[in-house]
Amino acid sequence: MKQPPTDHAAARTVVVELVVAVITFSFGALVVYGSAQLGASWGADGPQSGYFPFYIGLLICISSAGIFVPALLKLKSDRSVFVTTGQLKRVMVILLPTTAYAVGVQWIGIYVSSAVFVALFMKFLGKYSWLRSVVVGSTVSISAFVLFELWFKIPLPKGPFERMIGY
Amino acid sequence: MEELNALFQGFSVALTPFNVGLMLLGVTLGVIIGVLPGLGGANGVAILLPLTFTMPPTSAIIMLSSIYWGALFGGAITSILFNIPGEPWSVATTFDGYPMAQQGRAGEAMTGAFTSSFVGALVAVSLFTFIAPLIASFALQFGPPEFFSVYLLTFSSFVGTGKGNPFKIIASMMVGFALAAVGIDIVTGQLRLTFGFTELLSGFNFLVAVIGLFGIGEILLSMEEGLSFSGHGAGINPRIVLQTWAKLPRYWATSIRSCIIGVWMGIIPGGATPASFLSYGVARKMSRDGAKFGSGQLEGVVAPETAAHAAGTSALLPMIMLGIPGSPTAAVLLGGLLIWGLQPGPLLFVEQKDFVWGLIASMYLGNIAGLIVVMTAVPLFAAILRIPFPIIAPVIVVISAIGAYTVKNNILDVWMMVVFGVIGYVFKKLGYPLAPMVLALVLGDAAESSFRQSMLISQGDLRVFFSNWLVGGITGLSLFMLLWPQISAGLARLRTPAPAPR
Repeated sequence: MKQPPTDHAAARTVVVELVVAVITFSFGALVVYGSAQLGASWGADGPQSGYFPFYIGLLICISSAGIFVPALLKLKSDRSVFVTTGQLKRVMVILLPTTAYAVGVQWIGIYVSSAVFVALFMKFLGKYSWLRSVVVGSTVSISAFVLFELWFKIPLPKGPFERMIGY
Repeated sequence: MEELNALFQGFSVALTPFNVGLMLLGVTLGVIIGVLPGLGGANGVAILLPLTFTMPPTSAIIMLSSIYWGALFGGAITSILFNIPGEPWSVATTFDGYPMAQQGRAGEAMTGAFTSSFVGALVAVSLFTFIAPLIASFALQFGPPEFFSVYLLTFSSFVGTGKGNPFKIIASMMVGFALAAVGIDIVTGQLRLTFGFTELLSGFNFLVAVIGLFGIGEILLSMEEGLSFSGHGAGINPRIVLQTWAKLPRYWATSIRSCIIGVWMGIIPGGATPASFLSYGVARKMSRDGAKFGSGQLEGVVAPETAAHAAGTSALLPMIMLGIPGSPTAAVLLGGLLIWGLQPGPLLFVEQKDFVWGLIASMYLGNIAGLIVVMTAVPLFAAILRIPFPIIAPVIVVISAIGAYTVKNNILDVWMMVVFGVIGYVFKKLGYPLAPMVLALVLGDAAESSFRQSMLISQGDLRVFFSNWLVGGITGLSLFMLLWPQISAGLARLRTPAPAPR
């Protein structure tokens, strides 16, 4: 793939591999710890609650180690790129607004945030006119409202705006 | 024949106007899902699942499985016209499908793809009709050790048939099991691994995980690639269809091989994606025109499409019969069954005859409906792909968020979806397979309770899994699958002489 000249590596694959292995290992260790606390052996009436997850956690740790060690060995030699700065930027361009959207859903309800999210995304990423962006954004929200709230009677998160119009 | 009677009974259940309407709606939605990047069979069905909560179970499964058929058909459209696989299982279709479109033979390629998908599905469903009752009556005699050994086989197959690092397959699978264990222990009623967070009381919902891992994760990947669509015109007219149909019988041998590969890979949880690659590879090796594969051979479209559809269909067989899904989408359908209060497994055949045979009948009808919809509406679906990404991407995020929320009416799940999206993105880029995680998340509790029951029976003696020929055979096969990467590496080393010392 052709990369623009300003695009360079943001992270190497080996490094991400190591980081993920450490995270999964810690997760496995946490599971082992939690299961051991519950009791991972044989109780009066059979296997205790931690019996099964204990070994699951152990297997996570073992397989993480099996990924970590070979990756560590080629830490110097393997130069392959996990993500370039340009790619990372493009990913963030959707990931950050999505996170903001999730905050919005919690505070002002799903309908208003969806309309705002779609409209802003179109305006700033797609370079559409304000009119088109707002029309498409509101259409998405209104159709979701009709479909869920009115037809299927499935309530979605609502905020001050919906209360104002009586829902 | 008893099966045929039951099947006709099933047709009468499935053929009400309401159900046929749902079928057409489902197929259309499914094709749209299949065409859009970021929405796939598994998360598409997961998002739409809450809409079916109020329907009768038979209608609900008819609609959901029709979505699944639609997605299977739809993946081929983008592969051929845009060289972008809409679904992982249609990657192999791009190899010959896109060159055909470049030569102006898009209509021929698509007719070939749809027809062979249909054939693959039909063969798998007919086998389904006659094999399923047999397996069900056989499985009625299963006890906990037998069930656990089947679970073991399911998960070992991922290691045995998966390409890539076996440690990554196991890690991904075990993370799924660990997440499944969070919440209330179904046997003792104790709280497990919540570490004091009351939000984790009810555990992790796999539907949310599916929507995040496959939906949001896929959007992030598409964004990274900076998608720009440039497609070829799609023209299907009756003349091209008839011409292509006249050519297709020539590839009967490929077709049969692909059906066998597909059905087999679907039942053992290889899934549609590896089946399509395997089938393409085998067809290239066996065909007289093998050398020309990749330059626009109709046979190179027929092989992967037949296998993918056959695998996608037969993946439902172990799901209904044993409660063990063969693919992530089948897992989501299984989740649906549980929500509607139906316990999948051999008893379903005895207790819910109408449901099971209605489903089987809808598999025949749904695929016919699918074939008609895709053949007539290709230009429409291709037009959807021309909607610019800056509109489609946020809309898919919104749809996914609604889907995640409606699973349990919990805002926390919208956050979970975003987190699973990031996990899906990183895991996919590092080559961790996602399907084992999803299946483990679904089957975790069932696998655990069958294991614990077996342990109770044997008082902690692991030899219970070898206590008779049946359970021993399945356990043995699982261990063989689990060790297959080592075995095959060893065999390869034996075959190729050691390199001469330098």
